[in-house]
Amino acid sequence: MARMMESETFVNYALPDEHGNFGRFGGTFAPETLMPAIGELVTAYEEAKADAAFQAEIDRLAASYVGRPTPLYEATRFAAEVSGGNGPRVFLKREDLAHTGAHKINNALGQALLAKRMGKQRIIAETGAGQHGVATATACALLGLDCIVYMGEVDVHRQSLNVFRMRLLGAEVIPVTSGSKTLKDAINEAIRDWVTNVDETYYIFGTVAGMHPYPMMVRDFQSVIGREARQQVLDITGALPSAITACVGGGSNAMGLFHAFIPDTDVEIIGVEAGGHGLDTGQHAATLVAGEEGVLHGSWSYILEDENGQILETHSISAGLDYPGVGPELSYLKSTGRADFVSVTDEEALEGFKLLCRTEGIIPALESSHAIYHAAQMAKRMSPNETLLVNLSGRGDKDMHTVAEALGVSL
Amino acid sequence: MTTTTPIPSRIRDTLDAIHEDGRSALLPFVTAGYPTMETCEATILAMVEAGADGFEIGIPFSDPIADGPTVQHTSQVALANGTSLTDCIALVARLREAGVTVPIMLMGYVNPVIKYGIERYVADCARAGVDGFIVPDLPIEESDRMLEPCREHGRDLIFMVAPTSTDQRLDLVGEHGSGFVYCVSVKGVTGARDSIAEGLGDYLDRIRQHTDLPLIVGFGISTPEHARQVGQHADGVIVASAMINYMNTLPETDQPAGAAAFVRYIRGEAELPSE
Repeated sequence: MARMMESETFVNYALPDEHGNFGRFGGTFAPETLMPAIGELVTAYEEAKADAAFQAEIDRLAASYVGRPTPLYEATRFAAEVSGGNGPRVFLKREDLAHTGAHKINNALGQALLAKRMGKQRIIAETGAGQHGVATATACALLGLDCIVYMGEVDVHRQSLNVFRMRLLGAEVIPVTSGSKTLKDAINEAIRDWVTNVDETYYIFGTVAGMHPYPMMVRDFQSVIGREARQQVLDITGALPSAITACVGGGSNAMGLFHAFIPDTDVEIIGVEAGGHGLDTGQHAATLVAGEEGVLHGSWSYILEDENGQILETHSISAGLDYPGVGPELSYLKSTGRADFVSVTDEEALEGFKLLCRTEGIIPALESSHAIYHAAQMAKRMSPNETLLVNLSGRGDKDMHTVAEALGVSL
Repeated sequence: MTTTTPIPSRIRDTLDAIHEDGRSALLPFVTAGYPTMETCEATILAMVEAGADGFEIGIPFSDPIADGPTVQHTSQVALANGTSLTDCIALVARLREAGVTVPIMLMGYVNPVIKYGIERYVADCARAGVDGFIVPDLPIEESDRMLEPCREHGRDLIFMVAPTSTDQRLDLVGEHGSGFVYCVSVKGVTGARDSIAEGLGDYLDRIRQHTDLPLIVGFGISTPEHARQVGQHADGVIVASAMINYMNTLPETDQPAGAAAFVRYIRGEAELPSE
């Protein structure tokens, strides 16, 4: 990590600043109509964060409804298989066991509680694969809030099971037909709705991207993952892990895991992006690995764009990573060298998927399978006295159709 | 009340002169490259002929979050035609060569501008004859990086205000903005609307207490009656989606004449020719 800044930069890590900046990344590039609402949201969130009763309510529901803490599981057969019995201990943080089957509920529930506290009855959200939409619909059903989910028309078709789940949970799912009809367009449409209905509407954004305060707030709600995992590893091994890894789309499960470890500068942090059909094909979603700095959906970050600054359409086998932007805090961690980022192709992710199924009896989400594949590569190079921690961000039941199709099986 | 720094501004001078005449300014919006660059250019020239007081020319963008379906569609078509930021600047240069002297503002989302280089953008636009810039996703808080080159090249950075803007934010716009204040008429995105938002007069009068810049109203201005109502409280209007919707009903060859007819229609000078 030649580029890494002095350790002191990270020991007392407290970003973002009051403008929502992580170094030169972040900020609030939003239409004026939203600026007062964003200001109110910042204030309401700061107040809630300082309110012990709000935190207690989150903790209560995390324990009784979400199923936290999620287990830390040592994947011994996986570790033995990939390193021939001569590699590191590998631990999986089991976010796939959280209610609704992924880490997304941590954020959706936190923001839904905040919306309720702010007196906003009408909730909007965007979704790509449908996991954030399902988590938001779930939180809204739990708290008695009205829920509208924007979803690209392309995603509505390829994730029809999650559309059905959201509707069962009482949400209205609105297919988005503008632009590329995928996640980025669903976000555009949700922002347009927010601009139009700003007084009575709360926008539950699903990842650590977007305008301030979302990158901070979503990270805070997800950082329970890393706090738990850090303590669990210490309890089991008596030491911090050598390295931690997670898949990165917008980056919410990654920041959730990474945040607690930022000051631990001996812990190597690796984010795994979607390499799609390969970086050289242009059909991928590896924003940090292959992108440039720019502004998408309200923050300065890495983005995938063409030579004219138009946002590119992306490709990944996992709809949850299929996004041309990424959180500004991850961009900051990249630029400072505190974290490194790699990409894993569709084909490699499928290999990781099958490997975990076969060695551990765990069917991972295709998103998480990217991290699993890269963990296997890392484990080959690590020694038996080292520990590798992987965020298993979601379970793979939702991906059965995609995997079957990729393997040439008709269901 | 904040007094703005008196930098020379063609936009400001033009709008002040129109105000002196007791008129309300009409600034049509067109997306550069829609439906084609040739027709777009011919349309602007026809509207100059018909007496348009200036233009807001939109730079197409893949993800226009402040725009409704009509303008989104124009953006998609213009991008499919291969319209780049360079092409938009070249369009303005050709209009100036053709003798167009009314103010021209470029409206573009921030990312293509960042990619082009903010300073280079302002410098190249200034050279081509652009008078001012509207950047819908660059609020006051993030605007320093653009304000400095604008001051250096003597161009206006025009800020938007919305019905939700607080008094404190209106003061900031009065302090940092120049040219005019773009008053978004509604909570919402661009698009034709049946009626003027309730309370628009009070809203405009409130803005007036925070700035001496001209007030230009956009989003949803669709009829001569809207323009007349707005003219009682503001210095002019921007007309976009309603005009685009009308032009879309015409064959491409008739669109320049159609746009000119729409300008006369909004002015209340003529009925809109029906098919």
